Amino acid sequence: MIPDPTEPDLGAVPVSSDSSSDARKIVCNACPVLCQISEGRTGACDRWGNFNGGLTRVDPVVLFKKVTGTAGEITGFAHKEDWDGSVVSEAPLFVSGVGSGTTYPDYKPAPFIVSSRHEGVDMVTVVTEGIFSYCSFKVKIDTDRWLGPEQATVRCQGEAVGHVTTAEYGSQMLSLGGVHHLTGGAKREGRVSCALMMDLGNRKPVELQIEGGSRLLIEAGKPPVVNGVEEQRMRVGCGSATIGIFAQQWYGSVDEVVVVDDHITGVLTEHQAGRCLAMPASGIKIKGKRSTPGRYFQVARPGTGWGGTDISDPLSIVAGFDPQVARPGSRILMVSTTGEDAEFFVLDENLKMTPAPMPKAVRSVVQRIGENCEPALTSVLFLAGAGGSLRAGVTDNPVRLTHSIKDLLVNVTCGGAPVYLWPGGGITLMVDVTRMPENSFGWVPTPAIVAPIEFTMRLKDYRALGGHVDRVRTVEDVLQSERVRVVSWGALNPWPVVPHADR
Amino acid sequence: MQLPSSRSHTRVASEGHPCPSGNAVRARLADGRWHFQHGPIDLIIGADGDRAAVAGALARVWSRFQGLLAELVGELWLLRSPVQEALGVTGPVAQRMVGACWPQRERFITPMAAVAGAVADELIEPFHADERIARAYVNNGGDIALHLAAGQRFKIGVCADLSRTGQREVHGLDADFQVTSQMPVRGVATSGWRGRSFSLGIADSVTVLARTAAQADAAATMIANSVNVEDPAILRRPARELKDDTDLGDRLVTVAVGALSAQRVREALDAGVARARELGALGLIHGAALWLQGAVRSVGCRSDQTRERCSQ
Repeated sequence: MIPDPTEPDLGAVPVSSDSSSDARKIVCNACPVLCQISEGRTGACDRWGNFNGGLTRVDPVVLFKKVTGTAGEITGFAHKEDWDGSVVSEAPLFVSGVGSGTTYPDYKPAPFIVSSRHEGVDMVTVVTEGIFSYCSFKVKIDTDRWLGPEQATVRCQGEAVGHVTTAEYGSQMLSLGGVHHLTGGAKREGRVSCALMMDLGNRKPVELQIEGGSRLLIEAGKPPVVNGVEEQRMRVGCGSATIGIFAQQWYGSVDEVVVVDDHITGVLTEHQAGRCLAMPASGIKIKGKRSTPGRYFQVARPGTGWGGTDISDPLSIVAGFDPQVARPGSRILMVSTTGEDAEFFVLDENLKMTPAPMPKAVRSVVQRIGENCEPALTSVLFLAGAGGSLRAGVTDNPVRLTHSIKDLLVNVTCGGAPVYLWPGGGITLMVDVTRMPENSFGWVPTPAIVAPIEFTMRLKDYRALGGHVDRVRTVEDVLQSERVRVVSWGALNPWPVVPHADR
Repeated sequence: MQLPSSRSHTRVASEGHPCPSGNAVRARLADGRWHFQHGPIDLIIGADGDRAAVAGALARVWSRFQGLLAELVGELWLLRSPVQEALGVTGPVAQRMVGACWPQRERFITPMAAVAGAVADELIEPFHADERIARAYVNNGGDIALHLAAGQRFKIGVCADLSRTGQREVHGLDADFQVTSQMPVRGVATSGWRGRSFSLGIADSVTVLARTAAQADAAATMIANSVNVEDPAILRRPARELKDDTDLGDRLVTVAVGALSAQRVREALDAGVARARELGALGLIHGAALWLQGAVRSVGCRSDQTRERCSQ
């Protein structure tokens, strides 16, 4: 029997010199003790605390429970108290770096070096929370709007926190944070950058202003808000592109298609795509400026109507029909670039478009436009270099860890999420923050960002690279002796405890 | 020395947590032991013997456990007062607490000094009541109540330095004690500044064997408080600044201990040993082992093995 080694958790008991903060106490209702907790402190159990005036669970170490047959989501948090112990004991567990803490000085072994078995092979996972001085966030914002000039400074609370980089397909890239903002500028710049980075990583909304450009509200995995307007779908393409993609699928069901778009409105029978299908001209005349055949600019004004224009009645952009060419009975589809708006017409004897029920074959192509529009999102990748001293927590010969990773003997994960490893020197990785557990990121006053990182490898490889083999403990031991939070593992990420050779 | 990391200040889970229910919960651990938890109480319970008897006792322990915290909370204001002012408590656990602390009233002590041990004592009772149960323990965060049928024994390992948790298979424990059914010991408790409760002293760990877990708990708390010395390497703060509703008020509690000279370590341990001997002479403890920065001293009962270790 060992005394329950609950961590003293000194760090979770922030020292406040202000003892007159009674007004900001909250009552914790997590148990009958009903602790009255001041801002920044924890209650009698050390599990619940008052942070920013809210009752908050202090993070224990996060363990993943492999669950089969669930959707690919990290669905929720099963606290230790809620265990069905039998389920936990049967399901494989993975100790993540989230909440594992970090060691100081560096040469101390990582907080958790955990053994487990994968299909008969002894595996070891070295778990820590790395303190990253060299790190940044690369952000992709899905939008057609112009956010600002390339190289423009991105500001947060007035401080320079990053810059605009390249425009990419349907999106604009930003680079935020990084060592120069963290430690190179004024103290406030470092603090603001650090807070911004932590929030971005923890999937909280952040507000940015691009110099000479737009105001942004972004949050990982959510649509970006540009100058107060939330982006919805990414368009499947401009009106002309939409014609190009779907012409063949419309062929035979319609005689004309107009894809309404604020940028480039497309007209099927005039467009090269219609010509190639030998479709006869419909004689439709579209308002606005004609560009190349089948392409029209400025058919209306920009707005929130059809295809980013200000119209709600598609007929308002139709100037009429050429009586020499038009054929009564022609079937005409008008649709927006996202498929959200669509109407079907038949041309009558007087060459007037009269609404008609949309045939099934036509409707299915309209729906396909919608299916092909991806939701506009903000994607956030954490880019960090783990080539430094944290390797000493893994092995007493750090460069061997780097080599073993390059040789694919070691699987690197961040909070269980797979990472992309950059070629070249060091251990420089990128990871999608939405695949990591919530609140994976922390900070230290350096300022630097704290993020979970796990190195998983075969026990024999760990021994070979000079690992701290004498510090290996079992998952069961972690489970029993630590405050843990068990999180369901879905299919979103591959199970980390798989030797690379078996992938 | 353990460096408090600022990390923990910010590492808080802010995601929507399940609505905190006020109920006690339990889970069976992989190796068959049970984990009971309610608010600040965490118990690990293990028992050997006739399966049906063990299951029956466990059911009674669970049913007793569920209302226990509320019972304590009802008298919490009294239990946080000096023991002299707490004689009016009525709950059985509260009375165990007061009973265990009363003999130590010469120095400041509140019944809370024995809360963990008293809870363990209360919950070991159902095991005592069934002779088919060979042995059992209720471990309340290191304060342990034992049940031993005739001829049975427990081997108790002590890990004196919590920061080395997890390395025990490799390095061995700091001490092993045998507790046999012939010994008058049914309680084991450990206290120290690194533990969850505050300590006025600097002992890494003081482990006490006593007749009950509540007595062991109170004694371990008081001996650990006595392991003390003045040194600039020791960081202390008023308890009130660290935790709301603490029974220690403005008393200075230890939050960090830097490396001390051998002389200081000896002085601090001497003070603790003197206190342990007093308690031994009063018949309040069976034995104690005191650890501070790699040095260890024992009093009374001889541990089978206490290992001295250089601090890392």
